[in-house]
Amino acid sequence: MKNTLDIVYLIPLLPLLGFLINGLGRKHLSKSLIGIIGSGVILASFALSIWVFMQVKGGNIPPDVHYFDFINIGALKIPFAFKIDQLSTLFLLVITGVGFLIHVYSVSYMHEEKAEHFGRYFSYLNLFVFSMLLLVMGANFVIMFIGWEGVGLCSYLLIGYWFKNQEYNKAANKAFIMNRIGDLAFLIAIFWLINKLGTVSFSEVFSPANLSKLSPTDITVITLLLFIGATGKSAQIPLYTWLPDAMAGPTPVSALIHAATMVTAGIYMIARCHVLYSMSHLTMDIVTYIGLATALLAATIALKQNDIKKVLAYSTVSQLGFMFLALGCGAYAAAVFHVMTHAFFKALLFLGSGSVIHAMGGEQDIRNMGGLNKKMRITFITFLIGCIAIAGIPPFSGFFSKDAILLSAFVQSPLLYSIVLFAALLTAFYMFRLFFIVFTGSFRGTHEQEHHLHESPAAITIPLIILAILSVIGGFVGIPEVFADGGDKISSFLSPVIAAHGEHTVSHSAEYMLMGLSTALVVIMIIFAWIKFRNYQRTGAEGGFGKVLENKWYVDELYDKVFVNPLHRFGGFLKSVIENKVVDGLVNGVGRAVNYGSRQLRLLQSGQTGSYVLLMVLSMVLIFAVQFFLRK
Amino acid sequence: MVPVLLILIPLVTGLVTFFFKDGRTAKSWALFSALATLVVSVLGLTVLKETKYLQFNREWLSALNSSFAVQLDGMGQLLCLLNAVAYPLVILSAWKNDYKNQNNFYALMLLAQAGMMGVFLATDALLFYFCWELALIPMYFLCSQWGGEKRIPVTFKFFIYTFVGSLLMLIGILYLQAHTKDHSFSWQSFIDLRLPANKQQWIFWLFFVAFAIKMPVFPLHTWQPDTYEQAPTATTMILSGVMVKMGLFGILRWLFPVMPFASFQWADFITPLSLCGAIYASLIAIRQDDLKRLVAYSSIAHIGLMCAAAFAQNESGFQGLMIQMFNHGINIIGLWIVVEITERQFGTRKISELGGIAQKAPVLAAFLVIIALANIALPLTNAFPGEFLMFNGIFSSVTVYHVWFTVMAGLSIIFGAIYTLNMIRKVFYGETIELTRAANDISMSEKLALGVIVLIIFVLGVYPQLMLNETAATASAVNEKFDFVRQTLLEQKK
Repeated sequence: MKNTLDIVYLIPLLPLLGFLINGLGRKHLSKSLIGIIGSGVILASFALSIWVFMQVKGGNIPPDVHYFDFINIGALKIPFAFKIDQLSTLFLLVITGVGFLIHVYSVSYMHEEKAEHFGRYFSYLNLFVFSMLLLVMGANFVIMFIGWEGVGLCSYLLIGYWFKNQEYNKAANKAFIMNRIGDLAFLIAIFWLINKLGTVSFSEVFSPANLSKLSPTDITVITLLLFIGATGKSAQIPLYTWLPDAMAGPTPVSALIHAATMVTAGIYMIARCHVLYSMSHLTMDIVTYIGLATALLAATIALKQNDIKKVLAYSTVSQLGFMFLALGCGAYAAAVFHVMTHAFFKALLFLGSGSVIHAMGGEQDIRNMGGLNKKMRITFITFLIGCIAIAGIPPFSGFFSKDAILLSAFVQSPLLYSIVLFAALLTAFYMFRLFFIVFTGSFRGTHEQEHHLHESPAAITIPLIILAILSVIGGFVGIPEVFADGGDKISSFLSPVIAAHGEHTVSHSAEYMLMGLSTALVVIMIIFAWIKFRNYQRTGAEGGFGKVLENKWYVDELYDKVFVNPLHRFGGFLKSVIENKVVDGLVNGVGRAVNYGSRQLRLLQSGQTGSYVLLMVLSMVLIFAVQFFLRK
Repeated sequence: MVPVLLILIPLVTGLVTFFFKDGRTAKSWALFSALATLVVSVLGLTVLKETKYLQFNREWLSALNSSFAVQLDGMGQLLCLLNAVAYPLVILSAWKNDYKNQNNFYALMLLAQAGMMGVFLATDALLFYFCWELALIPMYFLCSQWGGEKRIPVTFKFFIYTFVGSLLMLIGILYLQAHTKDHSFSWQSFIDLRLPANKQQWIFWLFFVAFAIKMPVFPLHTWQPDTYEQAPTATTMILSGVMVKMGLFGILRWLFPVMPFASFQWADFITPLSLCGAIYASLIAIRQDDLKRLVAYSSIAHIGLMCAAAFAQNESGFQGLMIQMFNHGINIIGLWIVVEITERQFGTRKISELGGIAQKAPVLAAFLVIIALANIALPLTNAFPGEFLMFNGIFSSVTVYHVWFTVMAGLSIIFGAIYTLNMIRKVFYGETIELTRAANDISMSEKLALGVIVLIIFVLGVYPQLMLNETAATASAVNEKFDFVRQTLLEQKK
């Protein structure tokens, strides 16, 4: 019998239709129609996702929904199939829900674009949602990979949306190429699985029978390769440097792709494969330490950035590091929980920054802002809510998810916990540094900018308000057990997919203490930031260590020196020396040798009978000689 | 009947074209002929899909024991289809060009088509060799008559190179024929020959060098960038889209089934060679400033991957290779069309002299981006399933280095992304410059040609099974040969 959920194909199909209509009709449709189509399809997908969520919550979880064979060659079958379960449903809600708000916001944010480009923008955005949905709905690694590269493509297209600016295009290329490096590792992991198991379907790969066929080395290698893939998409060390550059794209794109959804794909993938990951301690440790290192590194860089979007970008990298750390500690549900709350507050912060940039007439340097609280009340309040949420003050959403991560670190080791806590404190500090520099003190921009300052229109402020509400209450689905029995609804909802991680090894009193400690320290950091930045005045250039941080630890320069430039030079060497001189030189040399040889041979044909006779005699002697020796 | 028509239509219409006085009529006639071939080719894949329609065998050179034996089977049908699809696209895209002595130009193009059809259809080695030359000779004339400034030395190099290859192959064919029981040239007799493993070695190289030059594989490739650059673009499209596949096809049809032992034993040498070639060509492509040379090196890289996949010698590799031969042909023709349009409009192919075209020609830019992304095998475009299966094939090959081979293959696709995206960025994005300020978007016939290509890209990207069904039987048949080889060698070891 057919399951009612078979129509889930509509969820990705609708955004795809939106992409086609807006993409092909962008020259003929009016801007308002483009906006309605673009946002409408996402709203419809969101409604469907809610329905699917209700079904899944009610216990109707279908087996993989199989549509057609994508690739079927004898031994290898790769169906085009979707997997609907608690994990994918949760992501569906976040993607379509936050996605819809950002589409609505974009209608207003992008209104100055020409209709043609406006259509292009919305078609890309729809295509992105389509790819992201494929990624989370795919029932096997290949469909996931299709979505995986698809979101990378959309990211590339949207970063380079303003394609007249070559710097933006370079950022787009960088994003695509760095992602491709990760994608290659992902692909090899897929081949490894095919080679060992002959299947790529999640349900088959994770079955006990198949897992027992994999040696410990196989599992470690596969999980590491997949993790390398994740470092590309989710901007972790060493492949994170594209994300800050990706801020070249329009701000709503940064909110949707480079904060709320795409960059969390790596977390989704590892959560999906947690059965494999739990089997390799080495990989788990590597995930933990890479996550931790990224969280710290990005947080330190964020301390000294002056571009409002760059601060948020590094903050995203750092928050993703927290999520990987949680994954590495085996707290998969906590990581997914943080994905959700982070989607709310980071989308809010980005959209808020968009509202600020909009009001400032495109200005992104926070040193030229200040005192915006008086002019932009809604942006100011919602941004403040976002900052409190990310800093992790109860009862805002960030507190609960961050607390879950901190706890999982504490279970691992107190030392790990204290380092993570330190990174969390940095977060609070740089976010409130940003907040105070932008919204308090006196305005430092030009008179023209000051005159132009205004609150943004409703299409911008309403999504801000909704996201602010979500940032406040979003954490209540994951209240720790110490506060309320059965309060951790998200873990219990996900438990059929992700078995709850071990037993609590922390006593209730210790847990209260940890929470109290982290909250108190965060409040101290905020006060510290308030003292330092409430009346921010422009200072001279950074020196010493501050300069290193401002220049992002010079990692980009290092990559250029170590990878990009040598590769470029090597290509040039191959082109001008090896190809032209050696390979082609050899070929031409053979030609010349033949030419020379025949010219010499031609001399033999002198026309003098005497020399011919001599040659004849010589050759006859030679033939006899050869015959004679061969016979012997 | 179908295979004979596929050869005869272009052959006869091609010969007739020589006698047209008016160039425009010749062009329309060529398009008509190409469409007729396409119809027959599609019929052969659909309605007339019965053995009696797809095989043909008549006495031919009975003194030499050679017969006119042709058959449209799983190995060749996608390439015949590619050959048939390519011509209308090429003629459409060149619709705006007027060549000197246009009748001769199109006549030679059609003769080459007939030759290539013969190569893909022949099951008689002498006929195969004959068609191989029939396909090449018109190309020499096309390059030397209608090519660019340096056409004479370049064509000469092209000629010598491929001619040496052909001769080596001819020696191989004659040797094999002399050893068959019935002294015939038929494919089946060649397969039944079952040369002992040590005798296969030298014959293997005679054939492989010929095919390797045609593909081309590093280091036998230097004729190619020059030829692609100098030949008229319509000819280059056929050369790179269809003709280079003759080499790969030859491997599948004549090398592997006839000399499986030598093919298996040399795989460990040829796979890394072609993969190094792929990386090498990609690195050079990164530094190219000439659009045509960039596409040429990109083609060498892709062919290197395909050759490596062929020598992976398993089902996945063969399946991937066969659909990739078709898809690569389609995509590279698409790229050439864009290059051609660019060069015609701005009079230069230098990447450094162009810029900002996307603003003035958004439709062209959109087409280019789609085709370029297909060329770097983005999922849901036609090249992805092929590359996926090819990579999987390389990964599953029996060699101990299979992981490293896959990594090498993967490097070339990362470099592929670098040069492709940089090309798009430099030529199409950015501010317009003096030269491109007055650019026009594309014409109707170009839109049609590119539109068809984009349609193929998506249909075969979303539903590759359409093609995989056609090639499945061949892939498993060739694979069985190697299963036998692997089995035998294993037993010998014991």
